[in-house]
Amino acid sequence: MPIEIDIAHVARLARIELDEASLRRYAEQLGVILEHAARVQALATDGVEPTAHPLPMINSFRPDDVADSLDHEEVLAAAPDREHRFFQVPPALGTP
Amino acid sequence: MTGSPADLTLAQAGRALRSGDLTAVDLLDAVLTRATLTEAQLHCYLRIDHDGARSAAVEADRALAAGDDLGPLHGIPVVLKDNMCTHGVETTCGSQILAGYLPPYDATVVARLRRRGAVITGKANLDEFAMGSSTENSAYGPTRNPWDPDRVPGGSSGGAAAAVAVGSAIAGLGSDTGGSIRQPASLCGVVGMKPTYGLVSRYGLVAFASSLDQIGPISRTVEDAALLLEAIWGHDPADATSYRSDPPVIAGDLDAGVHGLRIGLVTELSQAGIDRVVAESFRNTLTGLASAGAVIEEVSLPTASEAVSIYYLIAPAEASSNLARFDGVRYGLRVDGATADQMMARTRAEGFGPEVTRRVLLGTYALSAGYYDAFYGQAQRARTLLIDEFAAAYRRFDVLVSPTTPTTAFLLGEKTQDPLTMYMSDVCTIPSNLAGHPAISVPSGSDADGLPIGFQVMAPALGEAVLFRVASAVEAISGPMGRPVVDAVAS
Amino acid sequence: MSWEPVIGVETHVELATASKMFCGCRVRFGAPPNSDICPVCLGLPGALPVPNERAIELLVAIGLALQSEVVPRSMFHRKNYFYADMPKNYQISQYDVPVCRGGQLDVELDGISTRVRIHRAHMEEDTGKSIHVGTGGRIHAAGSTLLDFNRAGVPLAEVVSEPDIQSPAMARAYAQQLRSLVLAVGASDARLEEGSIRFDANVSLRPEGTDGLGTKVEVKNMNSFRSLERALSYEIERQRQLLEAGEPVVQETRHWDEEVGITHGMRSKEESSDYRYFPEPDLVPVVVDDAWRARVAETLPELPAARHLRYRELGVEPQVAAVLSLSTDGLAELFDAAAALGADPRMAANWLTGDVRAHLRRDGGDLAETGLDAAALAELSSLVGGGRLSPSAAKEVLAGVIAGEGRPGEVATGRDLLQVSDRTEVETQVSEVLDAHPEEVTRARGGEEKLVGFLVGEVMKASRGKADPRLVAELVRAHIAS
Ligand SMILES: [Mg+2]
Ligand SMILES: [Zn+2]
Repeated sequence: MPIEIDIAHVARLARIELDEASLRRYAEQLGVILEHAARVQALATDGVEPTAHPLPMINSFRPDDVADSLDHEEVLAAAPDREHRFFQVPPALGTP
Repeated sequence: MTGSPADLTLAQAGRALRSGDLTAVDLLDAVLTRATLTEAQLHCYLRIDHDGARSAAVEADRALAAGDDLGPLHGIPVVLKDNMCTHGVETTCGSQILAGYLPPYDATVVARLRRRGAVITGKANLDEFAMGSSTENSAYGPTRNPWDPDRVPGGSSGGAAAAVAVGSAIAGLGSDTGGSIRQPASLCGVVGMKPTYGLVSRYGLVAFASSLDQIGPISRTVEDAALLLEAIWGHDPADATSYRSDPPVIAGDLDAGVHGLRIGLVTELSQAGIDRVVAESFRNTLTGLASAGAVIEEVSLPTASEAVSIYYLIAPAEASSNLARFDGVRYGLRVDGATADQMMARTRAEGFGPEVTRRVLLGTYALSAGYYDAFYGQAQRARTLLIDEFAAAYRRFDVLVSPTTPTTAFLLGEKTQDPLTMYMSDVCTIPSNLAGHPAISVPSGSDADGLPIGFQVMAPALGEAVLFRVASAVEAISGPMGRPVVDAVAS
Repeated sequence: MSWEPVIGVETHVELATASKMFCGCRVRFGAPPNSDICPVCLGLPGALPVPNERAIELLVAIGLALQSEVVPRSMFHRKNYFYADMPKNYQISQYDVPVCRGGQLDVELDGISTRVRIHRAHMEEDTGKSIHVGTGGRIHAAGSTLLDFNRAGVPLAEVVSEPDIQSPAMARAYAQQLRSLVLAVGASDARLEEGSIRFDANVSLRPEGTDGLGTKVEVKNMNSFRSLERALSYEIERQRQLLEAGEPVVQETRHWDEEVGITHGMRSKEESSDYRYFPEPDLVPVVVDDAWRARVAETLPELPAARHLRYRELGVEPQVAAVLSLSTDGLAELFDAAAALGADPRMAANWLTGDVRAHLRRDGGDLAETGLDAAALAELSSLVGGGRLSPSAAKEVLAGVIAGEGRPGEVATGRDLLQVSDRTEVETQVSEVLDAHPEEVTRARGGEEKLVGFLVGEVMKASRGKADPRLVAELVRAHIAS
């Protein structure tokens, strides 16, 4: 059975504004994909450590050395909107 | 020399450049002429960097004439999948959300190619943010298969694979998260190789799924793939997941043959869902390897049957986070809104295509409160199971093999309505990504319609030497690939 | 019913590295907007983080100072949420395996020490800065938001206390002591006014004497120790009134408004708590082995707790030892040097935490700019100990030394404050005074002890305070007894 999900909540978490018809379509498609993906739940994984990463590495660091930063003009030139040396966006309300 | 220099292998072109039979500028002209003839039909490129390529070729000729030989890539036209950052050259990842974006820096692999004298021809088409198996998910239109323009070139590195097949580049770099180099290489009749995770720097590769992504070579021969890989690999202090140890040594091993090597045929990747003609070609190659002295036995990786399920939880989860930065604030597309929050949500709705949206939603769900453990967490544990099974298999075998893809190239539009069916075309390639192991696809014949078939060799982490050795033997058994139809029309 | 507050404090400390947490951009305060940015800290496509080793060491130093367990193998996680000043729309932080776990800080308040347990100390990156512009300058009326990413990616240590804090004053004392501690280990410049140390608090109320926990409210935006204390006092009172009116306390984040002196609720977004933490795939585990931990431990200076104990053993009064051991303006170092030169610890400590500290506070001065050094303190101490200077005169001399009038002996002479301990001279004064008070002498001889004190006081008065009081007392008694 396809898995039912609260697609509006998920879309909100992902910051994608979708209309009702799109939400329904994605809910349907995700339901089918998740039904297939849920097969992993049948695997016997008791006591198995999760793998976050295929590398057997530890302690990959950099020394505390200062390197050149980018030229602010080159960076701000790519900004959809700017004000002097700032990036500008519509009002960011509330706290994160 | 007969025919166009655009049909030379990388190694052949290198010899011709050094013998004085060819200049880098002439080679570039031949390749760009081929592009002129084929682009309208195939659409391999999102952008050809005419000026940049020409000045690089001129400089390559000057340096070579001055006795300043930068190695095998010197003067070679190489195409880059458009998810690798190129300083000042538009990099879109096939997405509307990055239309017009000019990176202020070069990816590490790009910088290394430039240092080694390569001539970067431009940016190849891809499925948006490398999410797809057909290059139909590009926001800028699909790429077509040079062997049959009604069919897909595979994906997501479809533009680069098709360009190398048709001669609008001598070689290329793709990225492989679940098969995105090997699957299009297989469908386009070229060699495609995914290195060991951590062997090639990911710095400047626009991330899809960070624990799976690797950049690797696409070329006409196994030897060319090795030359290109050797030009880009090695530790990069800008990538914390980059191996610090020296890379393996490939040179000299290519022609060593397979006598006495133990080859494991992976049951789960060689039976269910594999087309008859693909299976037949696979068996023929195995017979050839056996005749060359390899010991071939079947081996089971039970969890490999669930690799697609594991992958479609882990990759979208990582992607949902990696793609969060595309928000209309600092670069790329912006669709206005009354608040910053609304602006972001509208920008992302407008800027992402359907497949990217689908995967971002899927990954967001898999990580969300209450579902993490059942989906993402369980996928991570299943990943461990698969890695353990691989480890056991590699105690018995030097390499493992399977077909690269279950089918030859499918028709445009054939699978776009059914995401799950599309995902299944990566069933054979995904396991090596989950394990972080190297794997390669080598052309091993074609079907009745002349569509290429690929043979996959897999090796344990840092097992590139034995991987290339077996790949070279497969190439010798299969003989040279013919040329794509459009190529014949063009010349 | 009477209620008691339960308070926990989260502290963000900007670590004193030269470069950012995951890139080589400079860490500095007050640079022009968007000067210190690169592909990594700006979240450009393709960029990757590489952790700053020094930042890890500074966090370990904080952990060791808090007596935390340094976790042998820790990991970075991504904390996912969208906000315009967060370049990647996730923060690289730590989740279930932080670098430091557990620990404690003994908080001194009004002479009483309370142990506040530390829950954890973890590593994360700072966000950029939002400037809300437009009508009124208030967030909700803003016309647009300007973004400066200089601060994005600056390394932060987040120190989370257990809810062991029992009052706003104790929260303040905890915050002050934690600041002293990170300064002592050199992990941060900890400047409140520059935001390089920031405090958030969780507070709930429960019926006095019970063990349960009420609904907690997170209070943010306090930018001084005083505002931390004020905000908590306000919030406790707000919750008390709600509870007594039988209304529920809502779990939420509230903003402290310094001007108005109230907290107000932020619009809480329904998904705000779903951060979708998952292991950061661009980074590998952090393993701090014994050798590394020992290397960091070697660099640690004497910590306030150890210093406090040592001062108590030297005989310094408890409260004075507390103030001195936590001082950050060089007083403790000056004390140690003076004690090494033979100054009386108790006396020197009292001077330093009393008059000297008051002087520094009042004039905002720097210790180095005064005439006071370890030798001067030792000299002053020996003048008092040798009976040449009365304790009250010593304070006057101290003021003169601080003002740059000269060495203590010179100042005392110059101001004519040296005590007369010449026996003959004092004898003369005693005789004169006793002769002038025959009746009192008679009654003293009769056993009225308080009149001895009176007579000593009269002699002191006659000497204008310069006579050595002990000598005066000795001679008065001798006269009466004769
Ligand atoms: Mg935090
Ligand atoms: Zn930076």
